Amino acid sequence: MSDMSLNSRPSSGLIASALRSPSFMIGFLLTLLFVLAAVISFFWVPYDVTVLNIPNKLKPPSLEHWFGTDIFGRDIFSMIMVGARVSIAVALVAVGIGIVAGVPLGLLAAARHGSLLDEVIMRGNDLVFAFPALLIAIMITAVFGPGAINAIIAIGIFNIPVFARLARGAALSLWTRDYVLAARVAGKGQARISAEHILPNILNLLIVQGTIQFSLGILAEAGLAFVGLGTQPPLPSWGRMLAEHQTLYALAPQTVIFPGLAIVLTVLGLNLMGDGLRDIFDPRLRRAR
Amino acid sequence: MLPFLARRIGSLALSLIAASIVIFLVIEVVPGDPASFMLGLNAAPDTVAALRESLGLDAPAFIRYWEWITGMFRGEFGVSYTYKVPVGNLIADRVWVSLPLTIYALTLSTLIAFPVGVLAAARRNSPTDVSIMGVTQLGIAVPNFWFAMLLQLVFAGILRWFSAGGFPGWDAGFWAGMKAMTLPAVALALPQASILARVMRSSLLDTLGEDFIRTARAKGLSRRQALWRHAIRNALIPVLTIIGLQFSFLLAGAIIIERIFYFPGMGSLIFQAITQRDLIVVKSAVMLLVFAVILVTFLVDVTYAIADPRLRRGRS
Repeated sequence: MSDMSLNSRPSSGLIASALRSPSFMIGFLLTLLFVLAAVISFFWVPYDVTVLNIPNKLKPPSLEHWFGTDIFGRDIFSMIMVGARVSIAVALVAVGIGIVAGVPLGLLAAARHGSLLDEVIMRGNDLVFAFPALLIAIMITAVFGPGAINAIIAIGIFNIPVFARLARGAALSLWTRDYVLAARVAGKGQARISAEHILPNILNLLIVQGTIQFSLGILAEAGLAFVGLGTQPPLPSWGRMLAEHQTLYALAPQTVIFPGLAIVLTVLGLNLMGDGLRDIFDPRLRRAR
Repeated sequence: MLPFLARRIGSLALSLIAASIVIFLVIEVVPGDPASFMLGLNAAPDTVAALRESLGLDAPAFIRYWEWITGMFRGEFGVSYTYKVPVGNLIADRVWVSLPLTIYALTLSTLIAFPVGVLAAARRNSPTDVSIMGVTQLGIAVPNFWFAMLLQLVFAGILRWFSAGGFPGWDAGFWAGMKAMTLPAVALALPQASILARVMRSSLLDTLGEDFIRTARAKGLSRRQALWRHAIRNALIPVLTIIGLQFSFLLAGAIIIERIFYFPGMGSLIFQAITQRDLIVVKSAVMLLVFAVILVTFLVDVTYAIADPRLRRGRS
């Protein structure tokens, strides 16, 4: 191990172990597939998803319509491509909210460990944890109306305590390290130590958790859209595609099977990537599991 | 044990108070005037005034909050604006659908996950373990509402073993009720069982690596004996946490799954109330669900403390 770290730069070591990790590679490729679908949909889709073509409705998969057509005659393949945008955007922003609000809170709580502030932050976290994300979303939409933005807020709020807890826990163990002590002796303040010494060292953990929360965000967005609280028409969303065809699946199974598979494969991809990243960042865990 | 209980009950009460304040603020204070919110833009001013009057909205928010809370202790949740019946009665009818469904799903999930997780851990790295890990990885990625639709398609649509939806009510008999709940419960349980089985497996593997297991083996116990007598008991603590968390996921999940199966549960009540802007129903129904979740977390914590005396001191 010491030879490895002497001879190779750490980053090339990471890439090499990433290429060797099957779960990371499968996950990465699946995720890449859906990100590409979302990006390409901005420039090109096989059929326009805002044009209804009722005579052509509920067609089974064919060469013209790979995944068939839905109740309004829209091409399901195109809708899944455009739907990927919504899923990825909502989940990504929600994770962003969790990181931007949660990590500083967690670092602050760790820096002031044992203080009243620490206690208040942690109890506040517990409180948010007590509300399932769906209930937060229900309350927000009851008052502000349904929509993608409110779905983002609801999922984002639920991400805050996840990152706050993770950052606090990891930071607490780092505050006792010698190099942090050295920084304190050198006269650096708590905020500067948190930013310069703690944060870079918990980045790996945050990336792994971010991947997992990303996949949970995709599931949550689909769930909210399914009950009509998420993205509103005309923009397609995977969850709403399922809801719109809830009574039609026996007649036209493709309307339900393909959007569902899109959700499963994206979530699976992100989870596998998260698992792979954890192994890559911390090889000791691989042995322990 | 007593100081622990007192401290824990104190924090239970604090959580409930904080949760109720948040719910009250979001639903009654944020919209500005709930009466005009509930009636919509086209309402006549005197209708709005009459509703304000009947809801007691002229009183300050603090008084309204106090009356809501004390009312709930007396079992009075207010009168639904759309149904014109006490919210308490509405909720009572619905709880007996959603709560049994949640408990049924939780039981199924635990019953499936436990042996699967133990099997995977006991045969670590064998083909059995690898396939269990693969299937559970897939199970985690499956949204329960999609899974519910697939189950409906196969077991109600094609095989016709179950009806595709509807709940006959408990008056139709216990088994009729359970049968109607089986597909929704399985749809809720299997994705959660995937998570639980993985937790069970990794927790058991951690425990199997501990010194006391080596001691037990050195004492002459076989692998199997050490597993059953010592490892499983000690591996249960993280599993218990997850089961507690799953209750809240399943309860929230149940209100989605109920829609797919046309169940008259909390879910349909809440979603109808939202579309009809019946904030009185939303407020109390959400409070009740949050109460259930907080209570279960509390019970899990107390169970831990009974199972593992070390935790009584550690937590604050």
